[in-house]
Amino acid sequence: MSNQQKHWEKTRSLLFITLAIWFVFSIGIFLFGAEMNEVAGPFGYPWTYWFTCQGSLGAFVILIFWFANRQEKIDEEFGFSEREDE
Amino acid sequence: MKGNFIDNLPKVYGIYTGGFIGFIIIMAIAEQMGMTAKAIGIAFVAFTVFIYALIGWLSRTAQADAYYVAGRQVPTVFNGMATAADWMSGASFVAMAGGIYFKGYGYMALLVGWTGGYVLVASLLAPYLRKFGCYTVPDFIGTRYGGNLARFSAVVVLTVASFTYVTAQINATGTIASVALDIPFQYAVYVGLISILLCSMLGGMRGVTWTQVAQYIVLIIAYLLPVFWISNKMGAGFFPHFMLADEVARIGELEQQFGFVKNAAADLKSVPKGLAGITKAHSAVNATPWAFISLALAMMMGTASLPHVMMRYFTTPSVKAARKSVGWSLFFIFLLYSSAPMLATLSKLSLIDPNLPTGIIGKTFAEVEAIDWYQNWNQANLMFISDFNGNGTLELNEFFMGGKAVVLATPEIAGLPYVISGLVAAGGMAAAMSTADGLILAIANAISHDVYYKIIDPKAETAKRLLVARVLLVVIGFAGATIAAMEIQGILGSVIWAFDFAMSGLFFPLVLGVWWKRANRQGAIAGMLGGLAAGTWYLVWVRTGGSGFLGITQLTFGIFGSAVSLVLMVVVSLMTTEPDKATQKMVDDVRVPSGKTILGKSH
Repeated sequence: MSNQQKHWEKTRSLLFITLAIWFVFSIGIFLFGAEMNEVAGPFGYPWTYWFTCQGSLGAFVILIFWFANRQEKIDEEFGFSEREDE
Repeated sequence: MKGNFIDNLPKVYGIYTGGFIGFIIIMAIAEQMGMTAKAIGIAFVAFTVFIYALIGWLSRTAQADAYYVAGRQVPTVFNGMATAADWMSGASFVAMAGGIYFKGYGYMALLVGWTGGYVLVASLLAPYLRKFGCYTVPDFIGTRYGGNLARFSAVVVLTVASFTYVTAQINATGTIASVALDIPFQYAVYVGLISILLCSMLGGMRGVTWTQVAQYIVLIIAYLLPVFWISNKMGAGFFPHFMLADEVARIGELEQQFGFVKNAAADLKSVPKGLAGITKAHSAVNATPWAFISLALAMMMGTASLPHVMMRYFTTPSVKAARKSVGWSLFFIFLLYSSAPMLATLSKLSLIDPNLPTGIIGKTFAEVEAIDWYQNWNQANLMFISDFNGNGTLELNEFFMGGKAVVLATPEIAGLPYVISGLVAAGGMAAAMSTADGLILAIANAISHDVYYKIIDPKAETAKRLLVARVLLVVIGFAGATIAAMEIQGILGSVIWAFDFAMSGLFFPLVLGVWWKRANRQGAIAGMLGGLAAGTWYLVWVRTGGSGFLGITQLTFGIFGSAVSLVLMVVVSLMTTEPDKATQKMVDDVRVPSGKTILGKSH
């Protein structure tokens, strides 16, 4: 397998992990919205309410930065990161 | 100042922010000295629009790559701010808190959808399209799949989606300009349009970028300052986001106590159009999982297909910067979106809690009608009370309000000085203008670059290309304003439709263009046109009395459209020959950040 194929394989698995986490916070937890809202969550808000106001939104922000860092590491590992002068 | 403009950005915008805060303080002092509310409103809108126009003039350019992609040198964080302003429309600013106020959980699917989509943008598309080096979204489709028909199909989808969106934005600038400047809506729409064009006409993407950063600063101050101030004034907590649990619980208690009484249809006829009462629980789960998830999903896929957002990531210096920039965009959006539910909570509690001095439920009609702010907003057609049961006291089901009033009227209800209301008007204007600019530019650029330059006259010189781009900008702006002046639909309805149109036609052709080498021209064309047609058909069908299926409504028709698009694209691609070697090599090159962009620096 060439260097580029390996790079793409790792990139793809990072995508799947990222999309799995995205799925949990955007879709998965809302399958149980009614049940989850019965329980008190962060700062005393009901859990589901908190997720729609802050929790999921914040999770997406963190997820994107995490993804960007991981992808940069993958690019560096295979020598595909951009040079500053390009 | 020493050094070039880019190196000095933090300093420039630091001074700008300081200057704007100074202006707010001067206005506050002027109010104490007797400046009228109307004069303050005019000063706020006029001052901020003047600054944007000045930035637009300073950013004028005669170069293609500056006009189309701001010279690809916009730093990560600033591009994040510009994207946030580009993204947060008049609807986000003026109508979102109102939607949450009235509809609660079912509406908050939009908060999740309009943020979660950025994960798709960051992981599936933005870095790869940046590597491609395109000027516009159809530029990517046209080069990846080849051929004028593919390029033209992408322009069609882009135009349908963006134009649906832009009329709503021009409508919003008109609404705010007509209130703040006190002129009729039909003229205010054109005042708004001219302000919008002043930002984008001379500098193209470069002008829009630097005005959008300035607009973000105004709109975020205008949104957060009142939320914090009201929360502190009500004694609800100095940092509302972490401290409103008791208030949310209290609203639940009051809902129990008052109950949601259903009004008779005959009674509701007397309520002015556009106003609504509180009929849904504030924090309880009031929608089925599928209703919530389908709306969120449609908005997420729509986010990743809307060209005016995607093209912001063409302006970063590198692929790496494009990825990080998506994170910053969402962070800046998060600041406003996480505050909207807090504003809705504060607004609702201050109106319905009889224990608070501002609460009106339980007061007599004579008392409520004597309140200054009630009279003002009743006159503005945003508040209405009617004694349906004839007992003389105001009940929860007898109080009606417009969605915009949550943002526009709450500062006044809470007793904040008028300078805050002027600030909020300037913020709403900034939000609507920045989105309208991004959208008009997206359409005009696609038509001038992809239709005129790439299809009609590939030998045109830069000067001529940019002239065509500017003429189109004006034409599209006026077309949008003309439709906006007719006031066909509400602000929010058309915004959501734009997402559905975009995802129907563009989501899979864009994503598969990067992630599936086998995708070819025939498949992409079938996917774009078939998806758009299927989505449009579904919308028309449901609007004309069709029952719909699988719980897909007129707000989520993009789910149907994009499913058809995916199936068509895969089936047609597999039935026809695979893309040639050169195209496959191109896809391989797009997938790694290093090396030259696919399209040249100036093309």
